[in-house]
Amino acid sequence: MSPLDGAETPEVTAASSASEASPDAGHSANPEPAHPVEEPLLRVEDLRVTYLTEDGVVQAVDGISYELGRGRTLGIVGESGSGKTVAALSVLGLTRAEGATVSGRIAFAGRDLLALTESELRVIRGDEIAMVFQDPLSSLHPMYRVGAQIVEAIRAHRDTAKAPSRARAIELLDLVGIPEPSARVDSYPHELSGGQRQRAMIAMALANDPKLLIADEPTTALDVTVQAQILALLSRLQRERGMALVLVTHDLGVVAEMADEIAVMYAGRIVEHAPAERLFAAPEHPYTWGLLRSIPTLDGPREELLTPIPGSPPSPLAPPSGCRFHPRCPYSEPEHARIDPALEAVPGQPDHEVACLLASQTRRRLWMALADRNRTPDQSLSTVAPSSPAPAPESAA
Amino acid sequence: MTGYVVRRVLWGVLLLILVSALTFVLFRILPTADPARLRAGPNAGPRVIAEIRANLGLNKPLLTQFWLYMKGLFLHFDLGYSYYSGASVKSLVFDRLPATLSLTIGSAIIWMAIGLPIGILSALRRRSRTDRGAMGAALLFISAPEYWLGLIVLYLFAADIGQIKVFPGAGSYTGLTADPQKWVTSLILPWLVLAAGFAAVYARLMRGSLIETMGEDYIRTARAKGLPERRVVLHHGVRAAITPILTIFALDVGVLLGGAVLIETVFDIPGIGRLNYAAITHADFPIIQGTVLLAALFIVVANILVDIAYAYLDPRVRYS
Repeated sequence: MSPLDGAETPEVTAASSASEASPDAGHSANPEPAHPVEEPLLRVEDLRVTYLTEDGVVQAVDGISYELGRGRTLGIVGESGSGKTVAALSVLGLTRAEGATVSGRIAFAGRDLLALTESELRVIRGDEIAMVFQDPLSSLHPMYRVGAQIVEAIRAHRDTAKAPSRARAIELLDLVGIPEPSARVDSYPHELSGGQRQRAMIAMALANDPKLLIADEPTTALDVTVQAQILALLSRLQRERGMALVLVTHDLGVVAEMADEIAVMYAGRIVEHAPAERLFAAPEHPYTWGLLRSIPTLDGPREELLTPIPGSPPSPLAPPSGCRFHPRCPYSEPEHARIDPALEAVPGQPDHEVACLLASQTRRRLWMALADRNRTPDQSLSTVAPSSPAPAPESAA
Repeated sequence: MTGYVVRRVLWGVLLLILVSALTFVLFRILPTADPARLRAGPNAGPRVIAEIRANLGLNKPLLTQFWLYMKGLFLHFDLGYSYYSGASVKSLVFDRLPATLSLTIGSAIIWMAIGLPIGILSALRRRSRTDRGAMGAALLFISAPEYWLGLIVLYLFAADIGQIKVFPGAGSYTGLTADPQKWVTSLILPWLVLAAGFAAVYARLMRGSLIETMGEDYIRTARAKGLPERRVVLHHGVRAAITPILTIFALDVGVLLGGAVLIETVFDIPGIGRLNYAAITHADFPIIQGTVLLAALFIVVANILVDIAYAYLDPRVRYS
């Protein structure tokens, strides 16, 4: 059992960050620079998304909560089917059309997005909140020129004429590093390379200077060499424009360099949430350990075996009882199949939350043992991080 | 692109030559198809037949005949003369073409105007009562044979035999240039009957295609941009979903221009189909040959137009 019984998840979340922030979100829409602590840009509370399918009810997202401050980056990490993409799409209301039930609260700059009507939400989509998707080839309309698609995004929210919109599209393509933007603006998506397509997607997302950019697996469909470029681009744009960024990925290496905070999702829930450095240095959840140990390193011996997480992600139609990770957890005990762990702060670490039934000391001991057996995950991750130069693999000799 | 079109047209011409050659061969290997005998009629003696054979050039070597036939066909569109009436097939076909054109084009406009909006609505309100009702009706119209539907409609609405005398009945076709108003009223029933089945098919095609398209990633992108749903559906969804339907549309129109035999027969419209039907009942081979070649021509042309149109409709298709 956890030593911190009774602490409710939302309270912990709220206490872990801006504790002085006004609970009344109504008047905080205009940020006042004089205020030392401001309302977070995005606050998700107990978000639940359910789909009614022919096979039954799918609980894709099962009560997740997080906050994101202006200009900050949150990495949401998880396997396929963990609900991370649905969680991200719900912020924009893009799960509504597909027959899903969404409940909870998504406060964005003082407004509850879930309470807005479709047309009110449309005003925010693509303007204050923009999105970049996984596969740029299928996400761009194949029959329209890239420039026209960007112009459309601008004119959906700004009353500008076509000529200045086109000039702005060229400017945006230049900003995201597409060569010869005034020629490329008239290209069709299939005429661009994969990396250029994703740059064009990003240009489109930036068209109206969003406050929040949600990137759903933005590098997964790209070549490895291009992945690093796209991440560097996102990082630069975020810095220059002070955008908040939600980076959804299955790849811890992607978020290692970019995210301020990381939320690890498993079977529709956040199982661990911590500042990025803390998550890599002292992960608390056995699932996170599994993710970290399944990443290859460049400086390790070549014969080194990666440690996969045994089993496969649970069916969202029939999630396991108790701790949802218990069927795959090497440290699970019989009662873990009954007790459902809450997301609670690690003792002494108010901003590090974990949902695990193992005692805190046990977890620490287990992780130390694992970390000793390999190298420290901190070191291994810094070498997989895409934008860092690869060290020469001398240890293989 | 130009190179592609030229190549495509040349292939079309080659195909037409092959079809012509095939009909030529067919007409000479069919057991009942001695043109001289057919032309002469049942009571003619051997001398008359020999004379006709010489007149028609049928006593020349087969290859020479073929050359003359192809030359006449491609240089003068010469299809020979009807065995039955002796009239030139070319003039018969051109006389009948306006009626078939009127029937096909009018009907095509109607079925697209009815079928596509119904398909779009059905796709957007999938599994709703609107959708189920529309698709049920579509199934009904697809299953109803058009000659049966034609007779029912005549029984109900024709001015002569109908229960409610609204529109002119069978055999009332009037040319567009002769009397535009009569042209419209005489064609309303055949247009609707011919369009009914096609509208049903196109509603289903549009529904299926749009449902598939609305699940595409770029539709999600369009929504994420904050576009109004109307624009998402029409500008992004329908734009992509309609491309394969236009392909089928061009081919259907091409086939119908070769003659809508059943409708033209039921409503007694003097079109290519009616001509063809009459020719078949009289074993009037030159006319059958002429209508077959005309149908082939329309289909080949429709195919070429589809291919060219595709390059404009879908930029991913670029012919080099």
